Amino acid sequence: MNTILETRALCRTFGAVIAANSLDVRIEQSEVVGVIGSNGAGKTTFINMVTGYLSPSSGEILFEGRSILGHAPRRITRMGMARSFQVAQLFPELTVLDNLVCALIGAEGAHPSFLKPARSPARIAACDAILAEFGVEHLRDDPVRAVPQGARKLIDIAMAMVGRPRMLLLDEPTSGVSVEEKFALMDTVMAAVRRHGVTVLFVEHDMEIVERYVSRILAFYSGKIIADGPPAAVMADERVRELVIGHHTRPAGSRRRSAQP
Amino acid sequence: MSAKTTIDKTQVALLIATAAFAAAGVIAPYWLCFLTMLALAKALVVQGVVIQMRLGLVSFGQGLFFGIGGYAVGIASNFWGISDAFVLLALALAAAVAVAAVLGLLMARYRDIFFAMLSLALSMILFGVLVKSQGLGSTDGFNVPAQSYLGWVPAPGQQKLVAYVLTIAVVGTVALLLCRYLGSGAGQIAEAVRENEIRVEYLGLSPRWLIYASYVMAAGVAALGGALTAFATGHVDPEMAYWATSGEFVFIALLGGTAHVAAPFLASILFSVVRTYAFEYTPHTWQLILGLVLLAIIVFLPKGLWSLVQREGKVRA
Repeated sequence: MNTILETRALCRTFGAVIAANSLDVRIEQSEVVGVIGSNGAGKTTFINMVTGYLSPSSGEILFEGRSILGHAPRRITRMGMARSFQVAQLFPELTVLDNLVCALIGAEGAHPSFLKPARSPARIAACDAILAEFGVEHLRDDPVRAVPQGARKLIDIAMAMVGRPRMLLLDEPTSGVSVEEKFALMDTVMAAVRRHGVTVLFVEHDMEIVERYVSRILAFYSGKIIADGPPAAVMADERVRELVIGHHTRPAGSRRRSAQP
Repeated sequence: MSAKTTIDKTQVALLIATAAFAAAGVIAPYWLCFLTMLALAKALVVQGVVIQMRLGLVSFGQGLFFGIGGYAVGIASNFWGISDAFVLLALALAAAVAVAAVLGLLMARYRDIFFAMLSLALSMILFGVLVKSQGLGSTDGFNVPAQSYLGWVPAPGQQKLVAYVLTIAVVGTVALLLCRYLGSGAGQIAEAVRENEIRVEYLGLSPRWLIYASYVMAAGVAALGGALTAFATGHVDPEMAYWATSGEFVFIALLGGTAHVAAPFLASILFSVVRTYAFEYTPHTWQLILGLVLLAIIVFLPKGLWSLVQREGKVRA
């Protein structure tokens, strides 16, 4: 297998707080990796460093074998690594379609034309196809500010997928989404991801979601990775159960399924 | 199909309006043509303010480029003996773009009130320099001689009409280009930058680059407005770069709104009418009337006068 993303001895401190303490991570192509950890464990810091939003205090980040250290987020996005956000980052006053048109313009080139129309028939057709793939085509002409939370998360991820990334980082895709909606949302997202063969790393607090969709778990605690492996093994790990999941939940395999739709 | 996508209804309407304005110059009295020229030249500067407003930035210093445009024309025609209107327009444009290309590197780093105040400060530097320049007539400014057109010098009686037609032609061309820009990819991303800069960055685009490009573009149209004003009045003075002049451009931009390329033109003409009549009837309190008009616009039409046109359009559709 090919390594798509690799970090070597990645560190980041905020004053006295160590948000990342020598992280060595290797993500292989086509993996679906779940990142778990309590609040402040360094999950979002990890995503922010990997996508160029935060610069690490020290260490190295390689995307498809090339160093991306010091690159701006837009450059890393152009290289093929996209992300979605914990709180959907959209353009609230624009329609859903225009949000996707913006994403498509970005995907087509770093310097958009000042004279060619933004809403060309080809772009609209491409955007409609993506809206249908994510099941939000009925919201096409609504301004984003009037769109429900769950759909916003889907649009946020759809916009990240427009550029046909080879790796996708999802920061808590189901946070702010109702219990009834979250599995449907993840099914939609994972189907699209598989169809395009995208490698996925997602941060998630919901253990049911993690168990169901990932092939590997990274457990963060206090800026360190305390466990890395297949879901069943990590969920059964004593330290993970003590520091991340908490003792009140039962280990993998014995959970009740009533929360499913 | 391709003709439909390259020229839409708005562009056809702009072409018709341009032709109508030019034709009206032949029959309308000169004082009306003169006021229209000033209003449309001013509207070009306002277009620059609107371009930046669409990005969420308010420039309180568009007078800087208005002044540069006017003084480029004045200096070139008085000191260098250039009288060709097209060369003068090109010089005004080049001077403003050159200055903006440098200042834009600084401006593109700032947002919100910092952008507004810095733009104001830069325009006041030019004002200060002009006021202190004895050779340029200090606070009085100086007169600009009449123009020639590609070697043709109109008869004295025709001079004014030709200047009017030139103004209409330049304004019409800029309006068409701006209309294309508003509907373009860059125009769409400008709105996205206003809404959420971080997301634009994560779409692989540079918000700062777009802000820089818009700043330079706004400077260019403002300089054309300044040059046309110098043609119309035959005079330039430091007042062009004064902050109150820049404030007026923002005022007109708010009056019209940012929704449509025609809004600044409409607003500028309306502003000119309101000011002319307010000044005639209440010479000492005309600013009060303008203030009340702006207050009414902000309270009742927060998206500017153009929202009246749009609302009507929706009902019809």
